[in-house]
Amino acid sequence: MTAICSMVELVEKSKLYSHALSKQTLRISVCAGTGCIANGSKLVYEKFLETVKDNKDFVDIHMLTEESVSEGKTVVRTGCRGFCSKGPLVHIDPLNVLYTHVKPEDVQEIYDAALDGKIIERLVYHDPITNEAYPNAEESPFYKNQTSNILLHCGKINPESIKEYIADQGYFAISKVLTEMTPEQVNNIVSASGLRGRGGGGFPTGTKWNFARVQKADKKYIVCNGDEGDPGAFMNRSVLEGDPHRVVEGMMIAGYAIGADEGVFYVRAEYPLAIERLKIAIREAEENGLLGKNILGSGFNFKLSIREGAGAFVCGEETALLASVEGKRGIPRPRPPFPAVSGLYGKPTVINNVETLANLPRIILNGPEWFRSFGTEKSPGTKTFALTGKVRNTGLVEIPMGTTLRQLVFDIGGGIPNGKKFKAVQIGGPSGGCLPDSMLDNPLDYDSLQKAGAMIGSGGIVVMDEDNCIVEVAKFFMTFIQAESCGKCVACREGTKQMLYIMEKIVNDQATLEDLKLLEEIAHVIQDASLCALGKTAANPILSTLRYFRSEYLAHIVDHQCPAGVCNAFKKYQINPDLCKGCGACAKKCPVNAISGTIKSPFTIDSSICIRCGTCKDTCRFGAIEVR
Amino acid sequence: MNELSKDKIISFTQEVAMRHNYNRSEVIGMLQEIQEYYHYLPESALNELSKCLKVTPQTIYGIATFYAQFSLDPKGKYIVKICDGTACHVKNSRKIYDAVEKKMKFIPGKRTTVDGLFTLETVSCLGACGIAPVMVINDKVYAQMDPEAAAGVIETLAKRETESAEEQ
Repeated sequence: MTAICSMVELVEKSKLYSHALSKQTLRISVCAGTGCIANGSKLVYEKFLETVKDNKDFVDIHMLTEESVSEGKTVVRTGCRGFCSKGPLVHIDPLNVLYTHVKPEDVQEIYDAALDGKIIERLVYHDPITNEAYPNAEESPFYKNQTSNILLHCGKINPESIKEYIADQGYFAISKVLTEMTPEQVNNIVSASGLRGRGGGGFPTGTKWNFARVQKADKKYIVCNGDEGDPGAFMNRSVLEGDPHRVVEGMMIAGYAIGADEGVFYVRAEYPLAIERLKIAIREAEENGLLGKNILGSGFNFKLSIREGAGAFVCGEETALLASVEGKRGIPRPRPPFPAVSGLYGKPTVINNVETLANLPRIILNGPEWFRSFGTEKSPGTKTFALTGKVRNTGLVEIPMGTTLRQLVFDIGGGIPNGKKFKAVQIGGPSGGCLPDSMLDNPLDYDSLQKAGAMIGSGGIVVMDEDNCIVEVAKFFMTFIQAESCGKCVACREGTKQMLYIMEKIVNDQATLEDLKLLEEIAHVIQDASLCALGKTAANPILSTLRYFRSEYLAHIVDHQCPAGVCNAFKKYQINPDLCKGCGACAKKCPVNAISGTIKSPFTIDSSICIRCGTCKDTCRFGAIEVR
Repeated sequence: MNELSKDKIISFTQEVAMRHNYNRSEVIGMLQEIQEYYHYLPESALNELSKCLKVTPQTIYGIATFYAQFSLDPKGKYIVKICDGTACHVKNSRKIYDAVEKKMKFIPGKRTTVDGLFTLETVSCLGACGIAPVMVINDKVYAQMDPEAAAGVIETLAKRETESAEEQ
């Protein structure tokens, strides 16, 4: 492969590739995001490839050259299309039809129908409420209410081919930056766009760059934070899996703006596919001369490497992340000095989130006003969210900032399944909070959410229904935070332990109102006395649930009941005398001998001895054990 | 552990360190490679790595114990991870854990079975929330699990192992 040496050559290649792609008479895109692969999309892809590749006009997507510019059929593996609950997903062009839950045995039928220009009705998405069919999924409520900027290519292009990225103006932004702009001009454009850090903090990206740009140093670094550790979030994973070149280009733009010649991707090891695709992207960019020395003849040198995280939530904090990249324990340090002054190996360093970087190419190409046309004044642009939990359509979505929670959960998410009632959304991961239905019309932007006691975080949204116990969920987050506290600050290390201890007392029916008071007191101490964001926000899940769901805490403590029927300690096991055959199997299995009776007549459970383990219920063959 | 395998661990560790040019900042990557090969971090590997990188064994031990990915105990042939991230948690992942746990007989105080076949773990989030709740065995992701299905998967694997052992 010959290197691309100038902007002119890049534009020529782009024309060539996009022309070749436009000549495809049949393009079968099989979603190969983590969700669809788990649902079996690999076999579907292989089956399609087997079916199509014997055709004379089969075009191998990796072999796009001048010779292959001819009409042809192709099969590609794409990144995440977002509709994870309906996978494996297969998209057929030019018919523009999306098939859901595709199995290998459907492949031949899909292929034959596509050749005839027909659509297979049973495989297209049907709205669960109206049962309306949506062959063109873009028209379905899930996609219709979204705006794709960051996810523009995700699920459409082949993430393992730099050619498909170049075909759609790929690397045009960096080439514009290198040939027409000074670092300061690039920095100013990003400042003018109002882009704020997408990792959770929401700090203005342009300002952050400026601190590092004005530093005089022999070496600077740009680091991509791909340590998406929040449980319930997978936006960054999907972007890295679906459009890795966009993030690579973003790194180059940021590197040029701050004067760095080296970039490091820090990606968590739990994302093997993202790491693999990123490796391919970096290699392809190097082979094409888009990374390395004297890029596009501009004199700009830039190289990229990948570091894998090893499972520590605190490493999402920037100083801890840098310690981890340096091969140390990932423990945060006090700021100042800020990383922009003294970061990786003591050199000025900017750490940007995956999604922040993915926004850059289009901001450069379309200008800051374009970016500001989405979202709100203080939070411009779009944001990706991972919509999960008790909602009909789970998956990856992108919406303009300022969209309300109601639109997200009900219009896009399709509401709560199984006729259950909405209870809360957990937003922002362990540092965020739980919001009740009264907050559903709250806009999703940095400042509104902060006011509501939650935060946008990286964008994980977990919907909960009436069957979820808020207190138990808060305890769950405390367990997570306690385990992930790095142990440096006493308030966080000891405080989270004590808070978890009290939460356990509450769900085990052993707490008093005094405990609740103490819980709140500790929460405020941790907020005040912790060094990093993990500690400062550690109490958020508790404080936000106390704010909106205090009655549920009181139900546990004062009324001794769990309204959702989740917490074991409040459950009462009983034997229904009408169903009990008196076999005594349950009494034999009961670990504490709480069940007694005579054979062939109904048994009884002594609830003062019962430890609510549920063994009797699992043992009974007649369904006679009831839980209240 | 016999002397031969200890020697092998030491020479493997030396190779890993050499491949990374003894660069101390890549120690996490080195530990990942050792763990990938042995499924855990043997003590002799940690000691050898400290010699190769000219740092104290405590430094290496400190790093190995800080990150959740590393294990100082040998693991089973199948590493069963039940995701207990938020999305999986609200969809009752705990019950899946309990159901799988019931199928296993552990070494006292450990999460690895007596026969060395399974290690049971929970993970905070695998990022597969769209298809929650999930279970991962080695690298295979099982989507939208329920307690019965998860227990069934374990049973099938255990059965396959006893059958192949009998054949030999």
